[in-house]
Amino acid sequence: MTLAHAPGAGAAQAPADPVLSVEGLTVSVATEAGLRPLVQGISFDLRRGETLAIAGESGSGKSITSLAIMGLLPTNVRATAGAVRLAGTDLLRLPEARMRAIRGDRVAMIFQEPMTSLNPVMTVGAQLVEAIEAHEPMARGQAQARALEALKAVRLSEPEHRLRQYPHELSGGMRQRVVIAMAIALRPDVLIADEPTTALDVTVQREVLDLLRDLRRELGTAIVLITHDMGVVAEMADRVIVMKDGAVVEDGPVVRIFDAPAKDYTRALLAAVPRMGARPLEDAAAPKAPVCSLRDLTVRFDLKRGMLGRTTHRVHAVEGVSCDIRAGETFALVGESGCGKSTIAKTIAGLVPFDGEITLAGHALRRQSDVTRAVRRDAQIVFQDPAAALDPRMRVGDLVAEPLVIHGIGTREERRATVEQLFERVGLTRAQIDRYPHEFSGGQRQRICIARALALRPKLIVADESVSALDVSVQARVLQLLRELKEDMGVSFLFISHDMAVVDSIADRVAVMFLGQIMEMGTRAQVFGDPRHPYTRRLIEAVPVPDPSHVHPARARMATEVPSPVRRRDDPPPRRVLRDVGGGHLVAAEG
Amino acid sequence: MSDAVLPEPRRRTALARLARRPLAVLGLVIIAVTVAAALAAPWIAPFGRDEQLFEGLTLEGAPMPPGGAFLLGTDLLGRDLLTRILYGARTSLVIGVVANGMALLIGTLVGVTAGYFRGWAGSVLMRFTDLMMAFPALLLAICLAAIFTPSLWIVALVIALVNWVQVARVLYTETTSLAERDFIAAERAIGAGNGRILWLHILPHLVPTIIVWGTLGISTTVLLEATLSFLGIGVQPPEPSWGNIIFENQTYFQAAPWLVFFPGMAILLLALAFNLVGDALRDVLDPTQRGRG
Repeated sequence: MTLAHAPGAGAAQAPADPVLSVEGLTVSVATEAGLRPLVQGISFDLRRGETLAIAGESGSGKSITSLAIMGLLPTNVRATAGAVRLAGTDLLRLPEARMRAIRGDRVAMIFQEPMTSLNPVMTVGAQLVEAIEAHEPMARGQAQARALEALKAVRLSEPEHRLRQYPHELSGGMRQRVVIAMAIALRPDVLIADEPTTALDVTVQREVLDLLRDLRRELGTAIVLITHDMGVVAEMADRVIVMKDGAVVEDGPVVRIFDAPAKDYTRALLAAVPRMGARPLEDAAAPKAPVCSLRDLTVRFDLKRGMLGRTTHRVHAVEGVSCDIRAGETFALVGESGCGKSTIAKTIAGLVPFDGEITLAGHALRRQSDVTRAVRRDAQIVFQDPAAALDPRMRVGDLVAEPLVIHGIGTREERRATVEQLFERVGLTRAQIDRYPHEFSGGQRQRICIARALALRPKLIVADESVSALDVSVQARVLQLLRELKEDMGVSFLFISHDMAVVDSIADRVAVMFLGQIMEMGTRAQVFGDPRHPYTRRLIEAVPVPDPSHVHPARARMATEVPSPVRRRDDPPPRRVLRDVGGGHLVAAEG
Repeated sequence: MSDAVLPEPRRRTALARLARRPLAVLGLVIIAVTVAAALAAPWIAPFGRDEQLFEGLTLEGAPMPPGGAFLLGTDLLGRDLLTRILYGARTSLVIGVVANGMALLIGTLVGVTAGYFRGWAGSVLMRFTDLMMAFPALLLAICLAAIFTPSLWIVALVIALVNWVQVARVLYTETTSLAERDFIAAERAIGAGNGRILWLHILPHLVPTIIVWGTLGISTTVLLEATLSFLGIGVQPPEPSWGNIIFENQTYFQAAPWLVFFPGMAILLLALAFNLVGDALRDVLDPTQRGRG
């Protein structure tokens, strides 16, 4: 690919003609009560080589804006006013046939979930060639050469080999690179990236963000970046539009927005963003007795292959994990997807068979069947997605009372009184008890899940990614609730998260997991203040920093295979030995 | 997503909400009229059930068209069609409700058990279901009918034993995906037993599917009964059923169309009525659909 040598981003440059300009765009949905606006009067100009971030929480209309530009709005939604000009042509007035020619060629889009935007039954090469041929008639060989160039441009290792692979054979980060390759293969003027890294792990997110920045520099592509993550905004954007409820709250250069936000909403949004190192590194109080101890916990899943269904491979989800969760502390497990952190949560909740030993509030558990009803009273779990974790056909009051019913606690009236107290404790009102889960917002639903977990007065609450699906402002309030519960009720938390900044803001002690084993464990001050293991350092460095002036250290930018927890049956993974480097700070030996 | 407080929606009992839907009320009325007519057949029918009337045939021996003393005309043997349809409603209701109900019950038991517990028991149940599915339904019905002496209740049983298969298959798939949902894991984590999970957290979610299959099953079972009657292994003549009236007379469709048209309409109306009620019931029982009508 002959890469155009475009100069860097806009601000210092003399303002050239905008590639894309949106003027007073209003998008409305047709309802029974008439048209209801989803996006109201949004305007912006985008110049060559510039990155514009549209930031906002869920329901702010940022995704609808991007779909309107692409002409991909759902059938009952349409642009009712304004114009979207691509080099002078108003895209909103174009017939679908001409729009189709522009889409993918001049304006390309990257979606959030790379697996669903690739066709699982076509090879990567075939999909790339198809996309190229759809817009530029050329010989097959030429199209294939173009496809290969695109894969090289997104820095995939072994690009020739990748062309012949199917999407499921690639890791999440590689798939997103393929999606980006497809988007840039035709060298579009504008690239719209809708939450391009939200579904990816932090280290992979780092790679994809670096790649997007390189592509902008090399190809001069203008990028519209839709995101809820202020860290990503700070790193990528030249200019920012902050949206709320379909309207623009504030727009301006990224440094100005972060350093001197003019509007209260922007200020509140930035204040709610969890930041690494924002909390002072204090040393934890004197260690108390453990509530829950894991000793050599191992969880393996057999994979049956072949005609006879013999076990040939195993997933080593958790491999010899030992740790203590002490009374009244928040113990955090961090790691990327597939590291086994959620499996540990499920093991403690008695949902998965395991080897090793768990001591939970005096009960010694050696197998799944030892997790009886009495044990469950002492440990409760709060799941990631509150919408999925509540039975949609039951009233929330009944759901919160259900643990009491199952464990035969109290009379009907007493249970009702307990539920009312719990509702007030988690910040809901008594009047909401008889409603159904769908009548609540995401944050409220998570409060209901927390109330439900509290009903049995457990000693340990396992919070499995419990704030990950929430908007930052809601997330901040739920985290505050968890802190209060720890202080007031003395309950211990096992806090499981992939988000280093959130963990930094709430944890007392931290364990970093990788491929089913603990790499580093210690107090928050030890692990985040003085990370010893290279993997911990990599994780911390990868976190996007919500500060435009922050400079990330440079690193290699080539996507390679991610090690897999699936191994042959006769080939168990080597156990890492944890070494104390002082004060109970445990670090895995290299190997 | 914010912590905003939503307005309090109005709450009514399921029955009251059903009564607010005109189509559902229409369906209920049709079903009520059919049941009443079937029960009151001996009193409201203008003639005897199997009475072959001399005036019921023309001089050439052809059946009488609708009109005059015979509101819906007569059949080939000079019997009053209205009378036959009124009595036939008894058979068809028993088949449509009892046979179909049994089929749903068996299908739900098999499908939910296999889908929830999985394991070898689930595999055995589902392989058996597959076997039944592969077996021609009619052949099976003929075999079963040959073993038992035909009567209305045996016919209902035979139809149930043939028709549960699809229900089981569909509910199996739904149950397996439901059992993987987070809220079921959440139930297990608070210590809920299998009985509680199945009854309170799985079955309510299957109700819409059961209702859809139940209402669809009404017409298929009524027609299967007609097929069996036609083959001589269903309800035995001269006892009328809507299905066997159609089959007796289909050869004369061009000469005497009313003989097929009226019983056909009766089946259609009954199936439609159950469909309307079923649809409304499904919406009414779903809490996420509340306040929309």
